Amino acid sequence: MTAVRFQVAAVLAAFALCTAMGSPAPALAQKKYDSGASDTEIKIGNIMPYSGPASAYAAIGKAEEAYFNKINAEGGIGGRKIKFISYDDGYSPPKTVEQARKLVESDGVLLIFGSLGTSTNGAIRKYMNEKKVPQLFVASGASKWNDPKQYPWTMGWQPSYASEARIYAKYIMKEKPDGKIGVLYQNDDFGKDYLKGLKDGLGPKASMIVLEDGYDTSEPAIDEHVVKLKAAGADVFISITTPKFSAQAIKKAAEIGWHPVHIISNVSTSVSGVLEPAGLEISQGILSASYTKDGSDPQWNADDGMKKFYNFIAQYDPKANKLDAAVVFGYAAAQTMVKVLQMCGDDLTRDNVMKQAASLKDFEPDTLLPGIKINTTADNFAPIEQLQMMRFKGKKWEPFGDIISSELGH
Amino acid sequence: MSTAEDVVTEAPAIEAVPKRAMTLGTGTSVVVLLLLLAVPLFAKNFIIFQLTQLLYLGLAVLALNILTGGSGQFSLGQSAFYAVGAYVTAVMMEAFNINYVLCLPIAGVLCFGFGFLFGQPALRLSGVYLALATFALATAMPQLLKLNFLEHWTGGVQGLVVTKPDAPFGLPMSQDMWLYYFTLAIVLAIYIFSVNLLRSRSGRAFMAIRDNEIAASAMGVNVALYKTLAFGVSAGITGVAGGLSAIAVQFVAPDSFTITLSIQLFLGMVVGGVGWLPGSIVGAAFIIFVPNIAEGISKGLSGAVFGVLLFFVIYLVPHGARQVAIMGQQLVGRLKKN
Repeated sequence: MTAVRFQVAAVLAAFALCTAMGSPAPALAQKKYDSGASDTEIKIGNIMPYSGPASAYAAIGKAEEAYFNKINAEGGIGGRKIKFISYDDGYSPPKTVEQARKLVESDGVLLIFGSLGTSTNGAIRKYMNEKKVPQLFVASGASKWNDPKQYPWTMGWQPSYASEARIYAKYIMKEKPDGKIGVLYQNDDFGKDYLKGLKDGLGPKASMIVLEDGYDTSEPAIDEHVVKLKAAGADVFISITTPKFSAQAIKKAAEIGWHPVHIISNVSTSVSGVLEPAGLEISQGILSASYTKDGSDPQWNADDGMKKFYNFIAQYDPKANKLDAAVVFGYAAAQTMVKVLQMCGDDLTRDNVMKQAASLKDFEPDTLLPGIKINTTADNFAPIEQLQMMRFKGKKWEPFGDIISSELGH
Repeated sequence: MSTAEDVVTEAPAIEAVPKRAMTLGTGTSVVVLLLLLAVPLFAKNFIIFQLTQLLYLGLAVLALNILTGGSGQFSLGQSAFYAVGAYVTAVMMEAFNINYVLCLPIAGVLCFGFGFLFGQPALRLSGVYLALATFALATAMPQLLKLNFLEHWTGGVQGLVVTKPDAPFGLPMSQDMWLYYFTLAIVLAIYIFSVNLLRSRSGRAFMAIRDNEIAASAMGVNVALYKTLAFGVSAGITGVAGGLSAIAVQFVAPDSFTITLSIQLFLGMVVGGVGWLPGSIVGAAFIIFVPNIAEGISKGLSGAVFGVLLFFVIYLVPHGARQVAIMGQQLVGRLKKN
């Protein structure tokens, strides 16, 4: 024991001597920086539609900014303050390219985090990968962000539409193995991503689908499609629809006296935007899936994570609407970003940022449903892959059952 | 009341600009050209990219200027022609591997045809009605680009990524700088063509139609032909601008070509001075840089700040950059006298 103690003391003494003599610091403690990081600051870029057709999502950017303010007020990350530079692209891809170039080439950010939109992020993906600048936690549900082989500098965050659909497939195979599935899908990237996920999830049982029927967003009403699906004898109705059409489908199904197991996509689960207009009574029992806690649901009032979230709103972002799912989303995304930067330690190079982002293990942001964990690896760039089924009851959604992973074969 | 009377009594929507006042003097032109040639040598790649944007958007504004300032017809449909030009270029480059230098003239010719054909029904409309018809075209275009049977080429909603060309012949310059000079050459060629067009017999016919349709037709101008021709030329140039934008931005998607783009081009034309071709570049600068300035002042209210700035421009210099240029000229003249 004494010998060990002596050794430790000797090492310490030697170390002290080294430092005193002014020799270069040992390699272990060396700080490494790329553009945008320094001893005092980490510059993070972001592009949001603060103006234009998608400006409702700008609440995400504002929540993220507020979260970084909170981190800075608490002392920053390893003593470094986050400088969050967020620009407006009005949801127009050419403007996104201009802003991304401005962030990378003029502002010199370390990385771009949480930019919103599928085509806007699609516009800058090639550029970011050519420049080798991390494009982290893209705020879009397309599954193409999980492609580490071709695009090793781009990573998504939220569950993709395809993973959500795979979860419905799992649920149906378990609960209604002899069901006849009728699918109504929006004929665009969103709908097709979804449909593909559903078929992947069903695997050899894809023959359970008796009819898949696409509609275009330019159609004024989709009544005909609903009638067709009923006529095909479906008893499970998967409605891959955006809010306006989800409401129409719910109404029409009730009108023609069709009562299948009705599943709607997570994008259309707004109570005030979809279910109330369709009619709360006929919406009872509708199923969907989610991964975030609902800020309007009193069941979370005693939840530690949500308490932190409500405190954060009160202190740092009092103008934000805590009922807005975008705020819950922005909070959790920013928390993931901070986690990655903390994991980077003193090695704030772009290489290391990607390496750390790809080694998240069982990370649970405050505003995600209990049990939903963020996991990434070098060949899996899809941070959130779990969801929980929920059922509409009374005036709100009630989560039920286990957390389901969307990975195939689990 | 007959249609003829109707047209005659209608107040002229566009102020008659004499054709001499449509261009810059030789001295000024040379200075501007030298500046455009020299700046990229001293600027960062990002600035060069912004200048390239300035050039091709300036070209699109110029196209609208020929249509509105030259022949007196309104259009809010320029984004549709721009989109066609961009998509034609992108699809030819990516799907058929055609050299980008060849893609641009093809895009221009196709858009000329498209514009000429659209000009046929547009003949029967004038003023605000024409603006509305072209507005419809601009709103329809993003949806048309998403159509299923085109998806194989257009990439649907996801859009299409375009490969940026390298400088040819091993020239020691960055992609951005090469693209800038390439764009500059095309823009200059089209600018010179446009100036000469407006000074030619056709240009005089355009202006005669703009100033008084009936008088023009009495003088033997084929009103229908020249009106559609103006549409065609404008659409063709816009198409080339769109093609250049696809190469510079390296991406096309339906979301890139919404009605907002048309309105921006219209705005650029008014700010630059309707009927004054060099003003197109000033107008383009306004629509690129002023929103960025407004965002710098207030992020949440960037739209409102932009509105206020625009209001000041219209209030203080209603004829846009042209008025500023004339004022500058007079000032120089006065200084010379003293």
